Amino acid sequence: MSAFTQAFAADRTPPLLKRGATAAFAAGAVTAVAMSPASYLHTTVARMLPLALLAVSVAVVTGHAGLPTLGQVAPYAVGAYLTARLALTGIDLAAVHLLTAAIGGAVVAGLIGTVLVRYRGTVFLMLSLAVAEVTAITAGQWRAVSGGTDGLAGIPAPRLLPGLPPLHGDRTVLLYAATIAVAATFVAVWLLRGDRRMLLTAARTNEDRARASGHLVYANLWMVHTAAGGLAGIAGALLIHTHRWITPADVGFGVAALALLAVVIGGARSLIGAAVGAVIVLIVRDIVAVEVPGHAPLLLGTLFVIGVYLLPGGLTALPTRLRRQLSAGPHSAPPAPANASVRRTS
Amino acid sequence: MRIVHPVEPDQPPSPRSGRDPDHAHGNGLVASGLRHAYGPLTVLDLDTFTIAPGDRHAVIGPNGAGKSTLLGVLAGTIRAQTGQLTYNGHTVTRHGAEWRARAGIGRTFQHPTLWPDLTCLDCVRIGGWHHRRNPDRTPMETLHLVGLADHAHQHAGSLSHGHRRMLDLAVAIAGQPRILLLDEPAAGLTDTETGRLIDVIHRMPSWIAVVLVEHHMDVVAAVADWITVLHHGRRHTAGPADTVRADPRVAALYLGTNGGGHAAHP
Repeated sequence: MSAFTQAFAADRTPPLLKRGATAAFAAGAVTAVAMSPASYLHTTVARMLPLALLAVSVAVVTGHAGLPTLGQVAPYAVGAYLTARLALTGIDLAAVHLLTAAIGGAVVAGLIGTVLVRYRGTVFLMLSLAVAEVTAITAGQWRAVSGGTDGLAGIPAPRLLPGLPPLHGDRTVLLYAATIAVAATFVAVWLLRGDRRMLLTAARTNEDRARASGHLVYANLWMVHTAAGGLAGIAGALLIHTHRWITPADVGFGVAALALLAVVIGGARSLIGAAVGAVIVLIVRDIVAVEVPGHAPLLLGTLFVIGVYLLPGGLTALPTRLRRQLSAGPHSAPPAPANASVRRTS
Repeated sequence: MRIVHPVEPDQPPSPRSGRDPDHAHGNGLVASGLRHAYGPLTVLDLDTFTIAPGDRHAVIGPNGAGKSTLLGVLAGTIRAQTGQLTYNGHTVTRHGAEWRARAGIGRTFQHPTLWPDLTCLDCVRIGGWHHRRNPDRTPMETLHLVGLADHAHQHAGSLSHGHRRMLDLAVAIAGQPRILLLDEPAAGLTDTETGRLIDVIHRMPSWIAVVLVEHHMDVVAAVADWITVLHHGRRHTAGPADTVRADPRVAALYLGTNGGGHAAHP
């Protein structure tokens, strides 16, 4: 092996350094986009960020708790409509919006989680699908709150602090939304590190053994589901801050499916990967598909198939897979038997 | 959730007597009227089953006798359809596996899958999570006890079957159980590993009760001082280990007419 492949195969980079490098890369990418003179690019990227943060919340539930979900659109919708209603009633402080949306999202996810978290696998997925459908139907029919299928438009821009001007301007909104999305993602990454990550891995990969070791699996998964709901609520607030309108289609099954697709492509165990996956999905849907009008679903379907078959574990697992292949080498010997003495199988 | 305080470690075990059915009522696990069925098939039908501190109790029987179901019911992973369980004098029938584990009822599994993505050291840390501030021994010492210290940083999923079984035992020991339920711990072990298993059980403090479901009669003979034989979910025989092993009815049922051999004839 070359020196490069040896170094790549070893990968002893400290986690803190990795996170720092990722944060620096994210900041650099946002700065590069913000420096661009194209305001269309600012708007496009800013409008990707709510879905990216929603995908992060889906990755928390799907990848870390092991519960594949379409239901995160419920707290997302709650966060979005709460923010819209606050803004329309004259409360335009961004911090109030974000806090209210986070609490509202967490409360709704907590209530839903009391039922959903008791189930696993396909049953959980189907129940979460029902949650997504109920969310869209409620948003369409509860006209007093949601404005019905017409939605809510003309939502005022938020202010960072009292006395400051509202966040107008494509570049300003981009920088604001990127700051919130990146900060929320890194807080989630920070919370899911070390022992918390280890305990969730235990609950996800062998629930019976975890219970037999005294771990309250249901309570742990419920807390993760609830916290992810808070994250989805913040994503909902960002949706309003970047779009400044909302319709039931923005919180329906289509959005839930896109978020789950982003997680599949980016990697369920990596929150940053999920955010990157969301950006890829939206680039395919909103930019690449422009070249082949009417074929966006086909492109997304192809992307999904590629993600499932060629990228098990998602984009973020790719370096690890390559590293394992490199460290195994083309002529490595098979593993030796554990012990040559007599083995009984009674 | 209230946790029953376990038996004080310094409390000496009382000697077991077959004439004393109330032996475990004060400070052990007592099951009465246990019944469990899968559809029309009754797999467990026991009037009483008691475990007291210090017991070394083997449960044997042909395949399908209800041994693993009994262990599951005692550990809380299976909820018995009828019957009652008391632990240290408190009714625990409706308490789940996590509650019982925290209260001191630990177990190993017939198929030790563990947590394949975690290192052996992390597995033991998770096993002893609720005692991490006041552990009997460190996770590394626990791994050393079962002979896996050299594999501490290896992922559990990459271990051999025998090592995985010993790791399952280490995880259970790390939980500092007062009652340790072992489900076929010697199945698939090499002679060396079986010797290590017997050594580990012998080195357990005398106040820990060990209940062993096992086909491997050498292990039963080396560990158990009391044997219960199950057949079709019911108690066929129970008594001191030597007596039961010499019982011709048990030999006919389970051991084969020569009365010896390592493994059971199912």
